[in-house]
Formats: sequence, C-alpha cells, structure tokens
Amino acid sequence: MPETVSVSPGVSAAPKTPSPAYRAWQGAQRRRRMLIALSRIALLGLFLAAWEIAPRMEWVNPMLTSYPSAVWQATAELIGDGQLWSNLWVTLVEVVISFAAAMIGGTAIAVALWMSPALERVLDPFLVVLNALPKIALVPIFYIWLGPTGSIYAVAIAVSVFITILMLYTGFRQTDPNKVKLVRTMGASRAQVLGKVVLPGNIDTFTAALKANVGLSLVGVIVGEFQASTAGLGYLIVYGSQIFRMDMVMAAIVVLGVISIAIYLLIQMLERRLAR
Amino acid sequence: MQVQPPLPATALPATAFPAAARTVPPAVEFRDVHLHYFTDKGETHALSGISFTVRKGEFISLVGQSGCGKSTMLSLLAGLIRPTSGEILINGRPVSGPPPEVGFMLQQDSLFEWRTILDNVLLGPEVRGMDMMAAHHRAERLLKSYGLGQFMGHRPTELSGGMRQRAALARTMCMQPDLLLLDEPFSALDFQTRLSIADEIGAIIRSEGKTAILVTHDIPEAIAMADRVIVLAPRPGRLRSIHEIRFPSAGDTRPGAFAAREAAEFQGYFNRIWGEMEDHA
Repeated sequence: MPETVSVSPGVSAAPKTPSPAYRAWQGAQRRRRMLIALSRIALLGLFLAAWEIAPRMEWVNPMLTSYPSAVWQATAELIGDGQLWSNLWVTLVEVVISFAAAMIGGTAIAVALWMSPALERVLDPFLVVLNALPKIALVPIFYIWLGPTGSIYAVAIAVSVFITILMLYTGFRQTDPNKVKLVRTMGASRAQVLGKVVLPGNIDTFTAALKANVGLSLVGVIVGEFQASTAGLGYLIVYGSQIFRMDMVMAAIVVLGVISIAIYLLIQMLERRLAR
Repeated sequence: MQVQPPLPATALPATAFPAAARTVPPAVEFRDVHLHYFTDKGETHALSGISFTVRKGEFISLVGQSGCGKSTMLSLLAGLIRPTSGEILINGRPVSGPPPEVGFMLQQDSLFEWRTILDNVLLGPEVRGMDMMAAHHRAERLLKSYGLGQFMGHRPTELSGGMRQRAALARTMCMQPDLLLLDEPFSALDFQTRLSIADEIGAIIRSEGKTAILVTHDIPEAIAMADRVIVLAPRPGRLRSIHEIRFPSAGDTRPGAFAAREAAEFQGYFNRIWGEMEDHA
C-alpha cells in the first residue's frame, strides 16, 4: 500500500545543460574562493615582510626577533650539516611512540571502565584530578625517576592519556541507549554490546581523540626535550636560545609548524577513510 | 539467575488458567506480577498484580496513559528487568534473561548507520550466534518481500522513515521470533506512513501466525490491529479492563488494520476505551 519511490538524497543531479544563472552563480562562487585564498597568501606575505623589514630598519632589536631570511639561512645550514634531519627524526620517533602508547593505553582503560561500572565509579575522581593536573609539573619527577629518554616518553604519554580516557569513556556512555537496548533484547552480552554498538558507534569520538592527541603528544615531547634531552627539536630550541641564536630557534619552530600541518593532513585523510 | 520467588497459591486468579492452558501452555502468561523500583529518591510501585494470558497467534494491544507501565511490561517480557514478585512465562517457561523466542521492535528503528541494510538485518543472528548462511538467505528473502530488495546494500540514512521501519521489522523477523513485542513502533512516523505501515506490518504478523503485543498511546491503532485490547490504569500500573475486538460486520475473516477503521463496530470500541482512560486522567 505505501508508495515509496524516491530515495538516495543527493543523487538527483543538476540538469545536463546548466542555466546561465547557475553558471553565473558558479563563477561568483569561484571568485569568492579565489579571493579567500589570495587574502590568506597576502596575510602571510605581509607578516613575513614586516618581520623582515622591522629588524633591518632597527625598529626592533634583530638579536631578539631574527628575521625570515636569517631563519631561512639557518634552516639551510641545519639541513646542510644533517642536524635538522637527525633532530627531526628523534622528535618524530618520540611523538609517534608516545602517541601510539597513549591511544592504545587510553582506549584499553576506557574499555575496561565501560565493561566494569564499579571500577569506573571508584576511579572517576582520580581520573578527573589527574586530567586536571598540569602534567608539565611532573617533568622533574619523571626526569629523576626515568632518566633523560624515559622522562620524555613519560611526559608525552601523561599529557595525552587521561584526556583520551575521559573523551572515549564519555563517548561510550553517550552511545544511543535505544541501540544498546535493541542488542540487549537480542540477548547480547556486555562484550557484544561493546563490539557491536559502542565501539563502532564511537568512530567519531575516536578520531576526535586522535586529533587532540597528536597535538598533545607533540607538546609533551617538546617539553620533555626541554628538560632532558641531547637531541630533538626541543633540544635545538633550548640550545639555540642558550647560545643566543634566534635564527636557529625560529628555524626549529618553523619545522614544528610544518610537522603540525603534515600531521593535520594525515589525520584528515584517516578521517575520510573512516567516515567512508 | 534461575531462582524465582515461590508463588503463594492464593495469589493465582482462577481465571488465569483456562482448561486448555494445562495442555498447551499459552504464548505469554503474567502471574500476579508486581514491580517496585528503588531509587535514591524513594520507592515506586510500578506494576501491581498483573495477571493475564495471551494465546498463540493472538495480537494484543496494551493501552493506557503514560506512567501506567506499558513499556515496563515489555521490558519484563524481554528479560531486561525482573519482577519484584510474581512470574512471567513464555511458552510455559519462566523468563530469566532475554528469551530466544522474543523479537523486540522499538519506537526508534535504531538501524546502525555504519552498517548496510542487509548487515543491519543480520545483527540479531550475529548476536545470537545463529547459522549465518541460513540467516543471510532469510534476510535477503525478508527484505525482498518487504519491498527493500534493491536497498540491501544501502545505508539506513538513504531510506525513508517507512522503509526504515520495514527494515527494522525484517531485522526482528530474521531472528525467527514466535513472540513480537512492539513498543510504539509507528509513533515516530508521519500520519500517512503510520497508517499504511501499521496495516502492512499487521498483515505480515498475522500471515506468519506470530503472537504479538503492541504498546501504543494511539487508541484507534490499538483497536485496528488487535484481537484484544488491554487497558491499564496508572500509578501503580494495573489491569483495568480487557476488550475482545471483533468485527462481525466485516465478514468471517478479521479485516486488516486499515479496513478495520471503517468497520461499524470500530467507533463503539473507541468510545468505550476512551471513556475508561478518561476516568483516570
């Protein structure tokens, strides 16, 4: 009796020959996008120009700010003598390992909390406090306990693991109660509810935690390197500031910026694949 | 979990046991069921002395104001909660945990948007560890017969509300339940879709000889679909009356849910049940 014909929204495409009005609208859209892109480039150019000119004209002290051409030269030098790659590699390895450890450990703990509500009730206040505690304050303790290398991983993991646990656990708890009820009426065990509903229903939470964590792991690693290390981008920054080579410091920071962009793009790709 | 509180013999109303029930157990039987909720704020007497039986193949509607425990009764039948006292039997066996013969349909279709329609229908057999080859054939047959044959590979978001509810029915039927529990399954649909889907799903349930219990706010829907309408009174939830629904004017066979609304007897049933629910408003 019910007539159900049209489905798949978005499939009904525009007619084959677009009307002049539609063409004009497309043109306006394209111009607007161009304008936004141009504005971004102009803003960056303006900033670099100001940074270059102000120290050269002695408006600001070049010892304190350095300037883009000097930073570029310092970067080229660091690349030339291989220092950049070795330090970058050290930092990247530290970030990847602590990021993976925080994600895996955090997910495992969040799952354990969801499986055992009693455990969650006992641990909840401790987790909240540990999450709120500035982990940076623990750096000296980690250094004394774990030494220079261990402390870097410890800081990076501590910075990201608690927020991972809280984000995932909150997501798990907010799983659509109707879906949970449905599988329970089918006789699902708690592990089955987790596997069939809670985990697949929280892919978005998971990618949000991923996003938050790459940034946080990077923060943790750099702070750890400030305290302890003899290699890495954080070391480069501290060393450069100690010998008052602002161009070296800025070069390391620019490289950090490039890493952040690369990671952002990587996550975006992963997100698209998961959302597929 | 198998332990049931012993039942005092005096608590059994004699009418709960018609002679035939001693040989063939009824599809569903409530025996003096009481339910108390305990929360920090206090104690709620949710159900009080519920006793009734449902024959195999019968279609029952439960109506009553909100708070009368209609949905709670379905949760009891589905083994999600246990009664404080009394006993609930399905096919003569006491309920302890979700019974394999029960299929539950909720107000929200709750289709998983990360699964295709076919994979959604296979959810129940997956959870229950049924033979997946057979389940797969069954799922395809069900979806085809419900007019969803071309949509097996689609995501739920690509389907209309009525189609989604039919997919939800296919998901329920794929577990081969004897007893269907319908918790306001049509109330999220717009009025037109609601009428036609109720008619269609009612016909499917009858043609397959399933026993069904429908919870609804909608008195016309309750009358149109059911063989008997059970009216509940609220706070605490208890049986108020049971109405046999017959449409002799429509001929020997019971009219479908849609046609029943046109039958001469319909208005009379409506007025009586409406009046009973008014008394307690």
